[in-house]
Amino acid sequence: MNDLTALAPHGVSAQSEQGHHPHPDYVAHHFDSAEQQFDAGKLGVWVFLVTEILFFSGLFCAYAVYRGNHPEVFVYAHHFLDKNLGALNTAVLIFSSLTMALAVRAAQLEQRRALIAFLLVTLLCAFVFLGVKYVEYRQKWEHGLLWAGRYHATGQESNHGPEAASADRGAAVAAGPRAGETTPAVPPELPPEATASEDAPRLVGVFFSIYFAMTGLHALHVIGGIGAVTWILARAVRGDFNRFYFGPVDYVGLYWHLVDLVWIFLFPLLYLIH
Amino acid sequence: MDHSSSAPVDYLHADRGIRSWIFTLDHKRIGVMYLVGIAASLVLGGLFALAIRTHLAIPALTHGTTPAASVPAVGEPAAVAAPEAAAVQADAAAGLAAEGQAPTAASTLQETPPRYLLTPRQYNRVFTLHGAIMIFLVIIPGIPAALGNFVLPLMLGAKDVAFPRLNLASFHLWVIGAVFFLAVLFTGGLDTGWTFYTPYSTTTDTRVVTAALGAFILGFSSIFTGINFIATVHMLRARGMSWFKMPLFVWSLYATAVIQVLATPVLGITLLLVAAERIFGLGIFDPKLGGDPVLFQHFFWFYSHPAVYIMILPGMGVVSESISTFSRKHIFGYRFIAFSSVAIALLGFLVWGHHMFTSGQSRLAGMIFSALTFSVSIPSAIKVFNWLATMYKGSISLQTPMCYALAFLFLFGIGGLTGLFLGALSTDVHLHDTYFVVAHFHYVMFGGTLVAFLGGLHYWWPKMTGKMFDETLGRLGALAIFLGLNLTFFPQFVLGSRGMPRRYFDYSLLLDRHPEFAGLNVLSTAGAFLTGLGFVIVVICLAHSLWRGRPAPANPWGAATLEWQTSSPPPKENFLRPPVLSESYDPYYLDDLEYDDKTGAYAGVPLGLA
Ligand code: HEM
Ligand SMILES: [Cu+2]
Repeated sequence: MNDLTALAPHGVSAQSEQGHHPHPDYVAHHFDSAEQQFDAGKLGVWVFLVTEILFFSGLFCAYAVYRGNHPEVFVYAHHFLDKNLGALNTAVLIFSSLTMALAVRAAQLEQRRALIAFLLVTLLCAFVFLGVKYVEYRQKWEHGLLWAGRYHATGQESNHGPEAASADRGAAVAAGPRAGETTPAVPPELPPEATASEDAPRLVGVFFSIYFAMTGLHALHVIGGIGAVTWILARAVRGDFNRFYFGPVDYVGLYWHLVDLVWIFLFPLLYLIH
Repeated sequence: MDHSSSAPVDYLHADRGIRSWIFTLDHKRIGVMYLVGIAASLVLGGLFALAIRTHLAIPALTHGTTPAASVPAVGEPAAVAAPEAAAVQADAAAGLAAEGQAPTAASTLQETPPRYLLTPRQYNRVFTLHGAIMIFLVIIPGIPAALGNFVLPLMLGAKDVAFPRLNLASFHLWVIGAVFFLAVLFTGGLDTGWTFYTPYSTTTDTRVVTAALGAFILGFSSIFTGINFIATVHMLRARGMSWFKMPLFVWSLYATAVIQVLATPVLGITLLLVAAERIFGLGIFDPKLGGDPVLFQHFFWFYSHPAVYIMILPGMGVVSESISTFSRKHIFGYRFIAFSSVAIALLGFLVWGHHMFTSGQSRLAGMIFSALTFSVSIPSAIKVFNWLATMYKGSISLQTPMCYALAFLFLFGIGGLTGLFLGALSTDVHLHDTYFVVAHFHYVMFGGTLVAFLGGLHYWWPKMTGKMFDETLGRLGALAIFLGLNLTFFPQFVLGSRGMPRRYFDYSLLLDRHPEFAGLNVLSTAGAFLTGLGFVIVVICLAHSLWRGRPAPANPWGAATLEWQTSSPPPKENFLRPPVLSESYDPYYLDDLEYDDKTGAYAGVPLGLA
């Protein structure tokens, strides 16, 4: 942000020696300049994002261990996930990352209305994502496709795709092509009872433990993101930001991109297994 | 507390009222509040320790008064060389043994079982809370959050840390985490050991969820401190302070912050999963549900081994400062000490498997972890040799902080060298889960970290409070703690190497084959009380200084780092004019500072300081 120094009315005053040079009120007392404050904030956010990645890494590691130990469980169980809804959510999140990036740009250019508009769209996307996630979770709930401690797949409700289910025989080892996989028009379905009870590998619940832990933690981060974007929105409405002070928008943007990025890993790892 | 200097109002008197403390953004006040909280936790944890030691003296003192001596001992302790099958949960096994077997065995074999201080259930709760409090509430935040918070911005010539609000949030989280721990204490306790090993932690009926969430919150407190310190060191150094003009304490805090940021989140997710395991039956760690309890150990130690360097590195930083100052000599090997902190921080991430040699990890993995463990001792040894070289031909004065620094060298030396026995695969199989391990980590954590903490506390006490303390009392406290600590833990090396298992409620059956265990345990308990006495002396010394101490000069010890170039205590903004350093500044060039007998302080300005 070198141009900031040139532009900022007080940025240059960092060079002055007294501790009491005039401070614009958006620069905290212990910083010399808006630039220093911005860089410190940005560094802090990046470091925070590193901690977030490590936070998720525990679960990615658990994923790797269980998938390595029980590949058949993963291949079998992932058919229960709805690829279409997953793909929809992926698109929604990627789009929201775009609007977030545009919001940051709007803040830098002091375009307050555009900033507010882009933040609103981002928020909307976040809610759509959670709505879709809710639909998915409810389906799992109804079919008893829950984490290991609550797993009781009944398959009772399954009313479609018997032929897909027969293709599913032996999926444990070969992951044979399924109707749902090649022709997305057919809604992903649950294998009927027979498949669920007889051909299901042991420990299918472990897949759903991982699934709920990972997507649940991610959803919590989306909720946190909604809080952060709302906060930024309120400040934007209040007119807090200007060309020299837009750090918080940028920081929340970085966080939002990370949440997006985590999902981009979750989607193929959970929904698109071969 | 009279306030009689003509300097601008200091930070202690700048604002009044309790709210001006609880919601302060001033790093100095936050540091002081941390100090108070940590001291209170230390007292609580210390009382638990005395309870454990009192309890363990009883079998020794009452043995022989019962007819049990004629009955052959039913076998050696199971944990001496935990067999593969049982080793999956050696810790829980030890806990269970203490919980159930031992007392039944004792009561059938002895006509009049000794009257113990604690019941087996209480004993398990007491050692668990002792460990959890000492680790999560005392030693991890101890030096960085209390002392580091106070001195880091001062040492850098900054007005505050980079994110004062985050700093306050970190302290508030610490308080909330402490409240969770207290809730555990008052609602049924915790008996898993501080390590929360599954599957015992998913089956015990004690307060695992509360404790795990408490530790989770404390983890975030620690992460926030780390983020803050990294940004502060990068962004807020005084003009002219290049990286190699930073004091070594700052280097150590920086390395610590890197570990806090990289390791703590893994603990966070692990504890969250344990909580989810208990609340929902998640199934990731629970073998009944297809989960893998050893995965928990991997996650846990991926944090907790680096965490031991969160504990020890800042202590090493304190020692670097004291050794140079009180030897009146430039620190030897500045760059080596600085980089060895970073090396320890990074290597520390590669050795967690040495806690799992007996947990069913593959032999190859065991060998690799064993070899890597030895690599950490290289940077540690580099530091020790540089400190010794600093003292060589220095004019050493044994002020209280220096006494603690010397105690650190001795105690950390023993703690570190015995770590090599535990790091070597073959010997650890014998020593694992015995008192040898207990002695080892108390030598490093108590003898290293806590002793350094006390040294740092005395070193910066004049700066924090504006008062000098009584040197005689201060040294006496240091001596009592040093002797007490050795008396407590040295016998435990002997006990452990002869097979006394850790976390056992009752060892009286072992006394028939090992009568020497009685005397060693009594010695150890006596040492614990001597250590307690040492702490009482420290408290008296510091309290006395608050009420009666003579006002502290700006630079009582004659150090050249920046915190001594402002008044004691410093004004709210730290420096009247932000310090500017020239090319010639050197934080360890002490020759321009001369002791003035009349004022009892060092006069002069360090070279290169405008
Ligand atoms: C040269 C350096 C060190 C080496 C080689 C080393 C090695 C080890 C090993 C191999 C163990 C596992 C023993 C077992 O479970 O059988 C262990 C335990 C432990 N160490 Fe260290 N260590 C070192 C330094 C430290 C430091 C600096 C600290 C703390 C400040 C520390 C704290 C601990 C703790 C708390 C345990 C006990 C864990 C438990 O079983 O609950 N160690 N150490
Ligand atoms: Cu370790």
